[in-house]
Parts: sequence; structure tokens; C-alpha cells
Amino acid sequence: MNANSDPRQIDPRRIVLTPAQLKARRQRNIAIGLAVGFFVLLFYAVTIVKLGPGVLNRPL
Amino acid sequence: MSFMSDTSRGADEALVTVSIARPSDYLALLKPRVMSLVILTALAGLLLAPHPLHPIVGFAALLAIAVGAGASGALNMWYDADIDAIMQRTRKRPIPSGRVQPHEALAFGLTLAVLAVVTLGVVTNWLAAGLLAFTILFYVIVYTMWLKRSTPQNIVIGGAAGALPPIIGTVAATGQVSLASLVLFALIFVWTPPHFWALALVKVAEYGRVGLPMMPNVKGADRTRLEILLYSLVLAPLGVLPWVLGFASIVYGMCAILLGAAMIFVAVRVYRVRDGKAADRCAMQLFGFSILYLFLLFILIVGERTLMIGMGWAGWSFG
Repeated sequence: MNANSDPRQIDPRRIVLTPAQLKARRQRNIAIGLAVGFFVLLFYAVTIVKLGPGVLNRPL
Repeated sequence: MSFMSDTSRGADEALVTVSIARPSDYLALLKPRVMSLVILTALAGLLLAPHPLHPIVGFAALLAIAVGAGASGALNMWYDADIDAIMQRTRKRPIPSGRVQPHEALAFGLTLAVLAVVTLGVVTNWLAAGLLAFTILFYVIVYTMWLKRSTPQNIVIGGAAGALPPIIGTVAATGQVSLASLVLFALIFVWTPPHFWALALVKVAEYGRVGLPMMPNVKGADRTRLEILLYSLVLAPLGVLPWVLGFASIVYGMCAILLGAAMIFVAVRVYRVRDGKAADRCAMQLFGFSILYLFLLFILIVGERTLMIGMGWAGWSFG
């Protein structure tokens, strides 16, 4: 049985990340998460400032 | 392993690369020092509006302008990676050092550019967003891809991109261009050549090695020194204009006169001292002082306007 036919088998050709690559990827993921979270909060704040109570005042 | 990549073990080493770039490498792509000047000059433009924006909207606008400038820096580093790898001053940048792949920098720059323009348009107005888009395109296409490698006037014309943030700031706040923002544009525009040519005088050999047609390489050091002096003579009175036109106080005016006189003094020294290490020292002093000059003038404008807004005097004139 080879690696292609048994999904539980670990393909020896798979990419094995080095500790440096793993650390860099984790840092990038955290940075992207923080940036997206900040962006969401910023747009929420700008929406409240620009529209205020008018944010609910829309045709249904 | 290639110097441009970190290839993973256990895979086809010629094809598979996994990034080793850290967030700090992406931050370096944004040219943070240039961004800080853009933030300061755009903030001056924002605060000079008769009725400043709400602080949160102003912050969002400033962030969008800063990110737009950073995106320009990333796209500039993507295009210039070949010459950055050769020059001593730039070879440790993320792309030539192999920490960031060129396609990663391109994707990063393009994404941020679109995000910055759309954000500025949504939170302020689309004229400001259009101006930001124009600035990014001008810096990347007109300056980086065309002028930089083809004419000694590269940083003169390209300087327009660096001078636009005060106008973008004012347009973001008011929807129109003001005389004050045009004066600040002119100030940065005229400041750019003596600032960069001072550095080019010292780095003439490096620019020559990569074939960049900087003023000292094409017209010679003496002609460059003369032009530095002439631009400085124009710059000093321009620096005083915000006080003369009434959008800065007499405190700013006196400081601008003193700083302008000092700028001319340093430029005269660059013009007169032409040989040996003393000449390089004078040029580097001018390079350093020119940064201080522009930062101080804009810090004074921002400080004054912040004080006036804090005291409820927005719209008040010094004239």
C-alpha cells in the first residue's frame, strides 16, 4: 500500500516546515489576525461616528 | 538552498519554497521612516481644514494615507530589488536579503494600495481617494519604473508624490484643495531635491555602480552643489509662507526664518567645501539637517493647529 491509497499514511514527500518557518508563519498569522480585528473595529467606530443613530434609520 | 528562499526539507527542493518572512519584514517593506513623514504632513493638511474631521474619522483617513504611502514603498522595493541587492545602503532590505519573495511584496503592496484607497474613499470622500490613488500610481509607475532610471530630474519630478499628502489630508477633511495645502505641497516639493542630492553626493559611486542617473553622476558634483544651493534659497522663504499667509503663528514664522537661514548656511558649506572627507561630512550634515528642518516645520504647524482646535479656535486665522 502506498501513501496515495491510504490517507492515514504520512507521505514521506510532504513538506516539513523547519522551526524557523513554523515560527514565522505563526507570527504572520497573529499579525494578520490583529490587523483584521483592528480593521473591523475601525470600520465599526467610523460607521457609528458618521451615521450615529441613523445607522438604524433605513427603509425596510 | 538559493539565497532568495528557504526551501523545505523532504520536498522537491527546486520547486517548493515556504516563506520565512516575519511581520517585521513586511513592516520594513512599508518604509516606516517615510511613512512617519507622510503621517506628519498629511496630519498638517487635515488640521488646516477650517472644520477638522471627527478624531476617529481623521484617524482612519490618516491611517489610509499612511498605508497608501507604505504600499507605494512596498511596490517600489518590489521593482527595485535588483539595484537594492547591489547597493550597500539597501542590500539588507527584505527582498534582496531573501526574507520576502518578490511576488509576496508585489501582492502585499497591491492589496494595501487598493485597501487604502477604498478605505479613504469610504470614510472621507472619493476626491481624496482619487488623489491617493494618483499619488501611489505616480510614485510607482512615473517615478520608480520610469524617471528613476532615465533622468537626473528623477527625484525632482518624483518628489511630487511625496509632496501630495498635505493636499490629500485637506481634501479628505473639506472635499477641496486649499491655498494652505498648496503651500505645504510646494514646501515639500522644493525640499526634496537638496535633501536627496546631498545623499547622492556621498553615494555617487554606489549610484554609478547600479547605473542610476542621479544628478552628481550625470551633471557632476559641482553642478549638483549649485542646484542644492539654489533650491535651498527658494526653500527658505517658502518655509516662512505659512506665517505670511496667516495659517501659522509668528512663533512658527520666527522658527521658519531661523531654520531657513540654517538650511542656507549648511547648503553654502556644501557648495564651498568640495574635496575629501570634509565635503562628504558637509553633504551628510545637509542630508540630516534637511530632515530636521521639514520635521520641525510640520511639527510646529501640527502643534499650533492641535492647540487651536483643543481651545475651540478652529477656523481662526493668524493673519
